[in-house]
Amino acid sequence: MYEEPILSVRNLKKQFGPGCHQCNQEHDKGLEKNYCPNCGTVYACQDISFDLFPGEILGIVGESGSGKSTLMQCLYFDADATSGEAYIHDAALDGQNVFSLSSQKKRYIRNHKYGMVYQNPVHGLKMNFSSIGNIAEKLIAAGNRNVSEMEGVGKTLLENVHIPLFRMKEAPKNFSGGMQQRVQIAKALSNNPPILFLDEVTTGLDLSVQANVLDLIKRIQRELGISMVVVSHDLAVIRMLADRTIVMLNGEIIEEGLTDQILEDPQHAYTQQLVYSLL
Amino acid sequence: MKTNTHFAFFDEGSKKEIRRAILKAVAIPGYQVPFASREMPIARGWGTGGLQITLSIIGKQDVLKVIDQGADESVNAVSIKKLVQATTGVKLTERTQESSIIQSRHRIPEVALTEGQILVLQVPMPEPLRPYEAKEYQTKILHSEEDYSGAWLMLFEQIMKYGQTATGADHPVYVNNRYVMAPSPIPRFDNPKMHQSEALILLGAGREKKIYAVPPYTDVASLAFDDYPFAVESFEGKHCHLCGATNVFMDELIDHSTGETIYQCNDTSYCMERLNANVEAEVEENHV
Repeated sequence: MYEEPILSVRNLKKQFGPGCHQCNQEHDKGLEKNYCPNCGTVYACQDISFDLFPGEILGIVGESGSGKSTLMQCLYFDADATSGEAYIHDAALDGQNVFSLSSQKKRYIRNHKYGMVYQNPVHGLKMNFSSIGNIAEKLIAAGNRNVSEMEGVGKTLLENVHIPLFRMKEAPKNFSGGMQQRVQIAKALSNNPPILFLDEVTTGLDLSVQANVLDLIKRIQRELGISMVVVSHDLAVIRMLADRTIVMLNGEIIEEGLTDQILEDPQHAYTQQLVYSLL
Repeated sequence: MKTNTHFAFFDEGSKKEIRRAILKAVAIPGYQVPFASREMPIARGWGTGGLQITLSIIGKQDVLKVIDQGADESVNAVSIKKLVQATTGVKLTERTQESSIIQSRHRIPEVALTEGQILVLQVPMPEPLRPYEAKEYQTKILHSEEDYSGAWLMLFEQIMKYGQTATGADHPVYVNNRYVMAPSPIPRFDNPKMHQSEALILLGAGREKKIYAVPPYTDVASLAFDDYPFAVESFEGKHCHLCGATNVFMDELIDHSTGETIYQCNDTSYCMERLNANVEAEVEENHV
């Protein structure tokens, strides 16, 4: 491997609760699934380390409560990580643990380096502002102050995600779920972020719309070469999108490797169960 | 039994607290300082923020002017004036040049303010980001991280909808290159008067319990996009039908009998002064 990872995460931990003498130990915490039966502290992410390489799609699978979304929230600074490090390969940020940066710097990374598509469009969009305004919001945050330029970028993006332009001044609250999701993707892509996070983007969409959105993501990755982290509990989505996959259980990575490898030859008992329960 | 009211209505503790908030506001231009807004003899939303500032800074030697949308004689301006005078005994005036404190609702006087004067503006909605983000907790964070994309976004939306920025009043401004501030609902016409103003500008929101300030000689820039520059209301080719003034902020009135549109100075004392000067000149001419 000669390429440098664009994002490296090392020993990311996120816990909810103070912990106690029993679960504060380094090894043998005596956890029940991911929480301490003694004090009730939840260990959502325990020692997560992985690398994301330029232009690849990294899939993260796992059951509900396995820590997938918490991991995403920590990476996108929606939640503070309890401990751990993350490094972005970028001239301005090289060698700096992004979790320890000031909140202004974190906001800069969010606005310039990251894109995020949430499972629920309510979190990613301003439902009462126009769709084109939603896209402009991200551009404005990244420092653009030219209306016609932003309008141009917005129109191109909306066309890319198949939103008819005559509806661009309409608020996303008037749109169907699939359209909202596509506006969200357009917004996340607006400032050409090198890293894109997708949190259960197709969950709750019907099959044909799902196929549309997946197509779109695949096309974006091929054309723009954006690195993506895709969280899903849907193995079909992971199979279609991801080059490499991480399997999470109870806040820990239990298996990682090429997607085909994991789906065809699962090693861990849980992964085996997961793959064989695929209908 | 009739007890004597305190000088300037407030007890000394209240004045001290408000003055302290004002000092902090002056020290951090454009930053909204929370304060314990008092119950006043007028209802919240009727200028209690401005009134509390005025009462806590006023001294016996001050000369007070109160205007409401440019008018010295509107009910609200008159009752505020009466209250302040009844509790302090200060001199009242309508002339901008003579006053040391000017409490105003939604206008900055036409006559340029000078050093030593204090302009107190009444503010209904001190948070420029409120239409974008409903939670105070969040807007505090946005201010602290200097993330004003919300304020820009609102202007962008107006351009998308109407082809231009459509803020009738209260067009957001950047103060001292740090905080975005609601200038209170003054027309865009008055925004440039805040830039490098010689007078101290204090803004008080009684209902929202906030005080903020623009100290003298501070940079104030109205928000505008590169390709949609900031523009004030234009009164080109219009003049006041009473005093003939041009380049002032004017009210548009419709004469119901003729259906004609006429324009009149919004600042009544400015208009009156010009009219009086005309009359004096006329009298002098006739006597020679």
